[in-house]
Amino acid sequence: MVDVQPRETEEAAAKSFPPPILAKIFRQVFTVALTFVGLTAITFIIGRVMPADPVLAIVGDRASRDVYEAMYIQLGLDKPLLEQYWIYLSNVLQGEFGKSIMTSRDVLDDLIRFFPATLELATVATLAGIFLGVPMGVAAAVNQGRWIDHLVRIVGLFGYSVPIFWLGMVALLIFYGWLDWLPGPGRLDVFYDGIVEPRTGVILLDSAMQGEWEIFRNALHHLVLPGSILATFALAYIARMTRSFMLDQLSQEYVLTARVKGLSPLGVIWRHAFRNVLVQLITIIGLTYASLLEGSVLTETIFAWPGIGQYITTSLFNADMNAVIGGTVVVGICFVGINLLSDALYRFADPRARQ
Amino acid sequence: MLVARRTLLAAGLALGLALPGGLPAEAKTPPNMLVMAKSISDLITLDPAEVFELTGGEVIANIYDRVMMFEAEDLGTLVGGVVESYEVSADGKTITFQIRPGQTFHSGNPLTAEDVEFSLRRVIYLNKTPAFILTQFGWNKDNVDEHIKATGATTLSVRNNSEFSAGLLLNALSAGIGSVVDKKTVMSHAKDGDYGYEWLKNHSAGSGPYSLQTWKANELITLMANKDYRHGEPAMKRVLLRHVPEPAAQRLLVEKGDADMARNLTPDQIKGLKGTAGVVIDVNPKAQSVYFATNNAHPILGKDKVKTALRYAVDYDGMAGSFLAGQFKVHQSFWPSGLWASLETNPFTLDVEKAKRLLKEAGHGDGFSITIDTLTTPPFPEIAQSLQQSLAKIGVKSEIILAEGKTLWPKYRARKHELIVARWSPDYVDPHSNADAFAHNPDNRLEAKLTGKPAWRTSWDDKEITALTEAAAKELDLAKRKQMYLDLQAKFQQRAPFNMMFQSAEQVARRDNVEGFVSGSNFDLVFYRLVTKK
Repeated sequence: MVDVQPRETEEAAAKSFPPPILAKIFRQVFTVALTFVGLTAITFIIGRVMPADPVLAIVGDRASRDVYEAMYIQLGLDKPLLEQYWIYLSNVLQGEFGKSIMTSRDVLDDLIRFFPATLELATVATLAGIFLGVPMGVAAAVNQGRWIDHLVRIVGLFGYSVPIFWLGMVALLIFYGWLDWLPGPGRLDVFYDGIVEPRTGVILLDSAMQGEWEIFRNALHHLVLPGSILATFALAYIARMTRSFMLDQLSQEYVLTARVKGLSPLGVIWRHAFRNVLVQLITIIGLTYASLLEGSVLTETIFAWPGIGQYITTSLFNADMNAVIGGTVVVGICFVGINLLSDALYRFADPRARQ
Repeated sequence: MLVARRTLLAAGLALGLALPGGLPAEAKTPPNMLVMAKSISDLITLDPAEVFELTGGEVIANIYDRVMMFEAEDLGTLVGGVVESYEVSADGKTITFQIRPGQTFHSGNPLTAEDVEFSLRRVIYLNKTPAFILTQFGWNKDNVDEHIKATGATTLSVRNNSEFSAGLLLNALSAGIGSVVDKKTVMSHAKDGDYGYEWLKNHSAGSGPYSLQTWKANELITLMANKDYRHGEPAMKRVLLRHVPEPAAQRLLVEKGDADMARNLTPDQIKGLKGTAGVVIDVNPKAQSVYFATNNAHPILGKDKVKTALRYAVDYDGMAGSFLAGQFKVHQSFWPSGLWASLETNPFTLDVEKAKRLLKEAGHGDGFSITIDTLTTPPFPEIAQSLQQSLAKIGVKSEIILAEGKTLWPKYRARKHELIVARWSPDYVDPHSNADAFAHNPDNRLEAKLTGKPAWRTSWDDKEITALTEAAAKELDLAKRKQMYLDLQAKFQQRAPFNMMFQSAEQVARRDNVEGFVSGSNFDLVFYRLVTKK
């Protein structure tokens, strides 16, 4: 009986067309394509119907009638909205996001420059959030009601409720202004600018790859403060959620059984209870990472960090819609990518997901 | 508890790694480098034929020499820039320029009359926003080649195809569009007949004291000193404009000495910095005016007595003495104080009783309701609130509508405002620049769409004022011309739907070892080449 069932499944799979794996890939591709089209369509339409005038963003408010009209036509705004969208979509599919008004460069070039800065920041913050938040959440759950639990909850509340803008300014004032421990705003000291050739755009990687260890060290120092500020948010969320998931698991009968059987406390917590919260944890870590990739605009502003959050926000205020849509598409792709990655990780974390 | 201890130990270790105490802070700025903390997000192009933004104007002023210039050593005198002399023909129509010999571009190419011819013609061909500064002299794509001609390697003939005076033309050639670009370099990057426009937007091809090394949008601008500059190599070999959007971060950078100057501080931060060791505050008068404009087509706001009443319903001194202190002063003429032909009298003060009486005489003693449109950025909301309060005292109820410029200006240009609080900076240093905008409306019809002119935007159709503006622009005698502008401003003060209120001043925090930063009245009269460090 044990052998029969898989064979039946295999036979059924062989008969079905398309094969399940292909069907799954097809479904994923379809979902991604639909998300992409939906994202561009909504952003495009919002960009076109909002009251800000993209023509004035380029020509300025003093432009004469003929200058204004020439730019209006050049931007294709005289065409019907659907046609404008279709032209835009066709260009994007060919890798052409158009030019940014604000930077006078191709949006794709801008994204290649701004995105790695945010990626670097968000990755450091998320990693710090995981390595600090998960142990803190587990410790709080295991010691529910004790001082450790209270401490973790206070830290969580702090990270979650204190405005990041305020926290950033205070941190800058203390660690840069008063204590002089860490450098001020920016990704690098200005004297190092232009020395490292941007291959990946992530300065830590580029400087390491090119053996520029002084610049690596400088970039690392610059990363500490904004990374820590963003990490407080990630840490707070991950610690709170880990605590909650762990509390739920620790009250399950299998944990009691394991303890009764005489398993070590560490083994019960990490090998049994924690393994069962992994899937949920992966989900929230993925969401946290994605939100940091698009939502670090305030940190970027305070720390003069040339990232994608600041790029999209500045572009939005200046009606630079090519840049806004390009940035939104990148953020959308990140969300989809992180979702797919989470799906893949579920398979490692939960054997049931492999079937 | 064992578990907790081990877990916390791990967490503590991670925390220790994340916060490495005792790391060295940023090094201070080197003696031959000027580092400025500034918001540069307004910079969208560096092509002199297109630049019309504050940061762009400042940067190109240091990259390009212009046909005519106000030099950093003497901002009050118009002199030849790339030209060493000029001669105006007897009829005042043709100006013959002699190009200064021995000048070279950053590329090493010699600067000739052909480059000047190309630079001016290019402005007309491209027809970007600032092109009107030249097209007002009767030049267009079809005729510019015959009016602007290099007649030799060092001689350029410019024929004025309008009635405007030669003096006005010379002043106009000191604007950003008068920048001389390297024809060979620019044309080597031309594509599809764009005269190198796409390339020059983020590159440089000038002969000024600095050349552009990098422009990383929203991050950094780096300029390199030109060792062959005609006034000698600048002391600062590199100038960095570092994008720091948050003023509080700018303040920290200048306090710590990691920036030599902070350019966008708020009044509170300036106040806080006063007395800080090593930091000096400079106040540089600027030509930006803050005014309100009423819609002259409005059935109530279009009445002369109502307009006058509103002028007496503004707490000028109250605002200038409180939230505008140090940043703005009261100035009620359209041409900024301190410039040639400016009317320095400020006839209006807050006088509620007089304003009420005027409203009553206009038939609106019971008051009325209006909307006040303005920008979201300080100090505009604060000015609108003050205005709202003082208007309430004379019975005028108002609702404030805040908007970003990209939303606000279309409304103003479409004549859909009632009262708008706005700002204005001259395009070049000649009173005609502002007179043409505020006091010249040759065609008030809606379909004329003279949207660049505030006079048209407010539907102000005053034939006498328009004629006076035209006459002043044509006058050749300087003394007479000056008097004409003074008279024009006096009439404007009493009749216009504009109430000029304040003139701005830039407050800059700089390290006390930095000297020689020149910031003139206009946005594109900012020079780095005299900066030195002790």
